[in-house]
Amino acid sequence: MYRELIQIEDAEVEHLLNDLFEWHGYDFTHYSRASLKRRITRLCSLDKFLSLAEFKYRIKEDKIYLKRFVEEVTVNVTEMFRDPSFYKTLRTEVLQTISAKPFIRIWHAGCSTGEEVYSMAILLKEMNLLQKSLLYATDLNPSVLEKARTGFFPLQSMKQYSENYILSGGRKDFSSYYTAHYGQVKFDEALGERMIFSTHNLVSDRSFNEFDLILCRNVLIYFDKDLQDRVLQLFDESLGALGYLALGSKETLKFSMVQSKYKQLNSEKIWRKIVS
Amino acid sequence: MAENRLIKDCKVVVIGGSSGSLEVLLELLPDLPSPMPFVLIVVVHRKNSNDSSLADLFSYKTSLPIQEVEDKDVIEKGHIYLAPADYHLLLEKNGFFSLDDSEKVNYSRPALDVTFESVADVCGRSSVAILLSGANADGTQGLKAIQKAGGVTVVQKPDTAKVPFMPQQAINQGVADWILDIPQITALIQSL
Repeated sequence: MYRELIQIEDAEVEHLLNDLFEWHGYDFTHYSRASLKRRITRLCSLDKFLSLAEFKYRIKEDKIYLKRFVEEVTVNVTEMFRDPSFYKTLRTEVLQTISAKPFIRIWHAGCSTGEEVYSMAILLKEMNLLQKSLLYATDLNPSVLEKARTGFFPLQSMKQYSENYILSGGRKDFSSYYTAHYGQVKFDEALGERMIFSTHNLVSDRSFNEFDLILCRNVLIYFDKDLQDRVLQLFDESLGALGYLALGSKETLKFSMVQSKYKQLNSEKIWRKIVS
Repeated sequence: MAENRLIKDCKVVVIGGSSGSLEVLLELLPDLPSPMPFVLIVVVHRKNSNDSSLADLFSYKTSLPIQEVEDKDVIEKGHIYLAPADYHLLLEKNGFFSLDDSEKVNYSRPALDVTFESVADVCGRSSVAILLSGANADGTQGLKAIQKAGGVTVVQKPDTAKVPFMPQQAINQGVADWILDIPQITALIQSL
């Protein structure tokens, strides 16, 4: 029952990352090594490469395989209303406060297949804020954005999402937001109308707007501290006065260069920008 | 084998378990040496929840510093670290932990295999892995990695485990250096 993995040495990982940047411009050199090495080893064995040289050749020469590499080496696990208490705080505190603005701009950085963006649209709709909001959803990975754009999600996840939704303070019948189609569900078109999907690479791309709320959950865990700091500065530049920044449940602004400008909300990983 | 700069010469003990392992941990914790001359990492399968009640529960049983790991926490000798619910726990060669929320492994996140393999990669011969009671096959692959890296593998004696499947699986696959009951596991930890 053992899966025999190709052993990849640390130095070989470094070479691969440098080559990847040179060949295609993708810069993974500031990603956390432990996870990245595991993902690369896993993909190599999943796709049954017999040697690292063969694997590298495919990445270099085959554009379609490159797409797969980027999609598989980055982590695209996400769910709707993940950490219900987080969404409860969004509902009762953050969105409540932001609702006083004439227009609301939200950025989901590293949105993957869009589950969080749809969760946000549901919250906004229930608070009658969706019409005056714009949800920018970005990821470095074009294929997950294509998926997100369709508004289709797997039917089998709905039970979990529905439980999350109720725990987050949702009062409606969750299934009223979608219709089932052969093992998938399609979310209400109206929810998608205020979403803008676009590729954006947190490593290399710059700020593109000013936002009232930025969500970047479980993305920074894949970055080393240098890159985390750079990305947090990018968020800082992209956040308006008194805007909110939301991170994953095990991520922190502590020890970062922007920390002193932010105040954390009770108990959740949400910070408010108090110094512009 | 590459060794971690910060935790060099310091053993890293990683204990993993699933159903039936909590009782064992609560029994082991009060008998840990204090100060503890190694790093202790605990990975148990748990229902995905955001609360930190398990760390609280453990902290009643030991005076050693214990914490649930957050992203990029520094790995320190003498501390007990607990893998958070819903994340895989990994070690970085520059002395930090990192977390990963990728796919479940053996239907589990945190998965024992992921942390065991990471400990093997980073700590090599300085690693000691202990597999306790549980109902699935998680841990076996990780113990194999620990062995391969020159570390020591210990498996709870199946007839002392509430759910013997997990340790038995490791024994069947030939990845147990030692098969011990709870007092023997305690004695081994105290001798490190």
